[in-house]
Amino acid sequence: MLKSFTIGGIHPSENKLTADKAIENFPLPTKVVIQLNQNIGAPAQAVVKRGDKVLVGQLIGQSSNGLSCNIHSSVSGTVSSTDPVFDKGGRPVPAVTITVEGDQWDPSIDVSDTIIRNINIDSQEFFKRISEKGIVGMGGAMFPTFNKLSFPKGSGVDTLIVNGVECEPYLTADHRVMLEHGEEILIGTKLMQKAIGLKKIFIGIEENKPDAIEHLTELAKSYSDIEIVPLKLKYPQGGEKQLIESITGKQVPSGKLPSDIGVIVQNVSTVFAIYQAIQKNRPLIDRVVTITGKRLPHTGNFLVRLGTPIIDILNFAGFDANSQTAPYKVVSGGPMMGAAISNVESAVLKGTSGVLVLEDNDAIRHKELECIKCGKCIAACPMGLEPYLLFRLCELKRYDDLIANHIIDCIECGCCTFTCPAALPLLDQIRVGRALARKIASKK
Amino acid sequence: MTDILIYTILTLVVLGVVAAIVLYFVAQKFKVEEDPRIDIVEGMLPGANCGGCGYPGCRGLSEALVKSDSMDGLRCPVGGDSTMQKIGDFLEKTPAKSEPMIAVVRCAGNCSVRPKTTLYLGVQSCAVENAIFGGESGCSFGCLGKGDCANACSFGAIKINPETELPEVNPELCTACGACVKACPKNIIEIRKRGPKDRRVYVACSNKDKGAITRKVCSVGCIGCGKCVKTCPFEAITLTNNLAYIDHNKCRLCRKCVAECPVGAIQEINFPERKPAETTAQIN
Amino acid sequence: MENRLLVTSSPHLHGKDTTQRIMLDVIIALIPSLIVSCAVFGIMPLTMTLVSVVTCVLVEWFVQRYLLKGQSTINNLSAVVTGMLLAFNVPYDLPIWQLILGAIIAIGVGKMTFGGLGRNPFNPALVGRVFLLISFPVTMTKFPLWQNSAAEGLSGATSTAVDVFSGATPLAAVKEALKNNIPMETIIDQVDYMNLLIGMKGGSLGELAALALILGGVYLLIRRVITWHTPVAVLGSMAVMALILQLANPQLYMGPLFHLLTGGALLGAIFMATDYSSSPMTHRGMLIYGVGIGVITMLIRVWGAYPEGMSFAILIMNAVTPLINKYVKSRRFGAIK
Repeated sequence: MLKSFTIGGIHPSENKLTADKAIENFPLPTKVVIQLNQNIGAPAQAVVKRGDKVLVGQLIGQSSNGLSCNIHSSVSGTVSSTDPVFDKGGRPVPAVTITVEGDQWDPSIDVSDTIIRNINIDSQEFFKRISEKGIVGMGGAMFPTFNKLSFPKGSGVDTLIVNGVECEPYLTADHRVMLEHGEEILIGTKLMQKAIGLKKIFIGIEENKPDAIEHLTELAKSYSDIEIVPLKLKYPQGGEKQLIESITGKQVPSGKLPSDIGVIVQNVSTVFAIYQAIQKNRPLIDRVVTITGKRLPHTGNFLVRLGTPIIDILNFAGFDANSQTAPYKVVSGGPMMGAAISNVESAVLKGTSGVLVLEDNDAIRHKELECIKCGKCIAACPMGLEPYLLFRLCELKRYDDLIANHIIDCIECGCCTFTCPAALPLLDQIRVGRALARKIASKK
Repeated sequence: MTDILIYTILTLVVLGVVAAIVLYFVAQKFKVEEDPRIDIVEGMLPGANCGGCGYPGCRGLSEALVKSDSMDGLRCPVGGDSTMQKIGDFLEKTPAKSEPMIAVVRCAGNCSVRPKTTLYLGVQSCAVENAIFGGESGCSFGCLGKGDCANACSFGAIKINPETELPEVNPELCTACGACVKACPKNIIEIRKRGPKDRRVYVACSNKDKGAITRKVCSVGCIGCGKCVKTCPFEAITLTNNLAYIDHNKCRLCRKCVAECPVGAIQEINFPERKPAETTAQIN
Repeated sequence: MENRLLVTSSPHLHGKDTTQRIMLDVIIALIPSLIVSCAVFGIMPLTMTLVSVVTCVLVEWFVQRYLLKGQSTINNLSAVVTGMLLAFNVPYDLPIWQLILGAIIAIGVGKMTFGGLGRNPFNPALVGRVFLLISFPVTMTKFPLWQNSAAEGLSGATSTAVDVFSGATPLAAVKEALKNNIPMETIIDQVDYMNLLIGMKGGSLGELAALALILGGVYLLIRRVITWHTPVAVLGSMAVMALILQLANPQLYMGPLFHLLTGGALLGAIFMATDYSSSPMTHRGMLIYGVGIGVITMLIRVWGAYPEGMSFAILIMNAVTPLINKYVKSRRFGAIK
């Protein structure tokens, strides 16, 4: 019996169309738009100005105080603008636009393929490096890794869980990274173990990736303390709290952080980026992106330079927006939690795990009907909440009742909306209500 | 037969008396002492419970009015000066005078001047749409047209015009309670002075992008050129973040800026039609 | 140019469940029982069901269109389900006008008064049924026998014992027999469990064959229309209570198997108690609700005036549902004790 989390969960059709496609290099774009707000928290401050020449890996955005992280150029060329650009939702954000000229790398970066298994690095240097190299959580949340790993001494964190679940349908980027960079991931976890004093490392992978489970289990034999945990297929297993419960059996108490029960979770791609930052002195300048869609002629997993405009990706995939006759939707990330893009000129970010094109019936919404009180949303909610009730309370703007019904625990996974037979836009309302409820709760 | 009748009556009487005694003591024990004037003041208020005063409903304001020493800052925007004067007379306090106000929509981007580039499906609510993205048009500051303001209005004073998809304020019904201001996630609606004869001048745009970008997405958006700032003889106009703003306390309604604005973002309301010769200053 | 680029909130996928599909599944699950009924009684059950369904749909359409002045909701098929369930709960030879009246009450009063699908506090079919039971007790409790002389004792416990039992359900027959001090052994001899399973007994139109109802229930479970919680709680609590009573005094009380296979136990537990809007929404709530139904049913069966108490038990627990929904919450992730 494979492990899994105990409350709720759903089984959307997987549609992992690109699981067999090896990672390829995405062609260099002619210009990149590098947003300076590629993390939760404050945006970085631009340290280049218009006309400056930059190399691949050169610092272009210095992290601000507090929760923030460095931004590096992903290409070599000339800075053409430091004006704000529109992000994927069409809102202005600070950014640096660079016209690509050649591909010259900063000489301090090791561009070879050599893998070094024994790296000696002390804790201080480790933290300095991940902060310098602008590493953030690459699962989608873009939380600065430096801040995530810095917890007070004696907080008792002794377990690292590496998230290789990739429970989102369509996405296969993490799957390919595990297959093609398994060794690096394992070394990365050992580096983290040494730096923060971990006792045990788990890598959680869902059963629909047997090749990755086998590959990593084989590799892990030559490392101590690393255990590969195959998990039952269930969405949202990749949710931090769900994954911790699946593997350790412990539930993170409501309102607490994983580190409060001695666990931290890192995405496999993040661990790979940490390895590259340490061994190759390589900042986070590119990432594996799954480019997929049921009708796209050219799909696959590609190593894409950050800042590559989405429109370039769509063109590359053979998708012509202008010739579309049916409605379509471009999603950044997975179909369950990813955001629909309204501005295709916006660029790939550190957290963009996929670019998914949904067409026709997959794109449109079903007509919403009356709630029939079937209770399916309650059964599906992985946090054990009552989405139908929260939805109603959100409509009525009863924020005190929402807080009393634990709306803040919601992880916005979308299971409720997915499962609702009446096609109610449960999460639409709950997301807004939750944001307000959080604000109200934090004031109290 | 009579026995039954007597017993029944007796039982009921005894029960009634016992219940009355219990009720009396409970009522005594849990009695809440309250200033009787609060009820009277509440009666004088319009009773819309709109929250425009900043208190939770009319009773909240009544309590505050009775308890506080002066009436400064306490005002029912719906009832207006006459109501406040009445309450002031009753409480023997002086109400603060204020000018009549009205809600003003600072966006004129209807469908023809601000074309839509995407189509939003989902809950028809501005707050929900705003949580997901910037809006269907290229302008991320403009009106979303889903009518959160109209839903928030207790007086039916603000409605979405289905043709322009923009809210329109009915000056006769608007009480300037500010519910729409709070409801608008884009912060487009502002409470401004009604002005003499209901005449007012304001910038009907909220776009803070640079001019070149604004121009691309909306033909009546403020491009932040600053011409109005230079033209204004009363220093009433300021330019922040590429957006002009007319201070209604300084504006003397000369309308020079209206003529000067290259995109027509500044609107004049209720002025008589201009005669060609009359373009020079005409201060009210 | 029309905009083809859509923007919606996540999730961008939707499951296959729709209200219509769920209702269709319930209809499919009810069909085996209808077939058995037709096999036993001929074409009449089918006619009754059609009349009931058509009346329900028409009433819903009329109320929605002309009284509530809203969008018609009949294409979600819920009125069809109500119509079928109502027909299943009456004797097949009930006068048609009474059935039509019941259907009008079921949809008009039981459902649309409260705002339609999803808002009715009581199961509409049962509202209609109980209305008929109270208004026309004679026609509603006289059950015709299977017209086959070979089927001796097919109303479960009748013919040879006492003649007056003919035209009663096994439950009523046993209750009557016990009242008349007929020894338990005689009664038990009369009960043929095989007949109960395949439908050779007296009873309402749709509650004849236990096997057909169980088949429908399994289908609903596989399609995830219902969960096991309510049916298991209802039947389990009935079985436990019957067992305790039987152990306490085998001379007075029938055993669990008899109680589960007779009357509306299965139809009620699988199809009526699981009605979405009138039953609790959490699994824990369903268990409490189910046990309540089981216990009340047994109380009415054993000590009440009526031979069968399923409909009353469900209606009583329907009334408790809002309370259960308010206080019985599902298990929350990381709840701090």
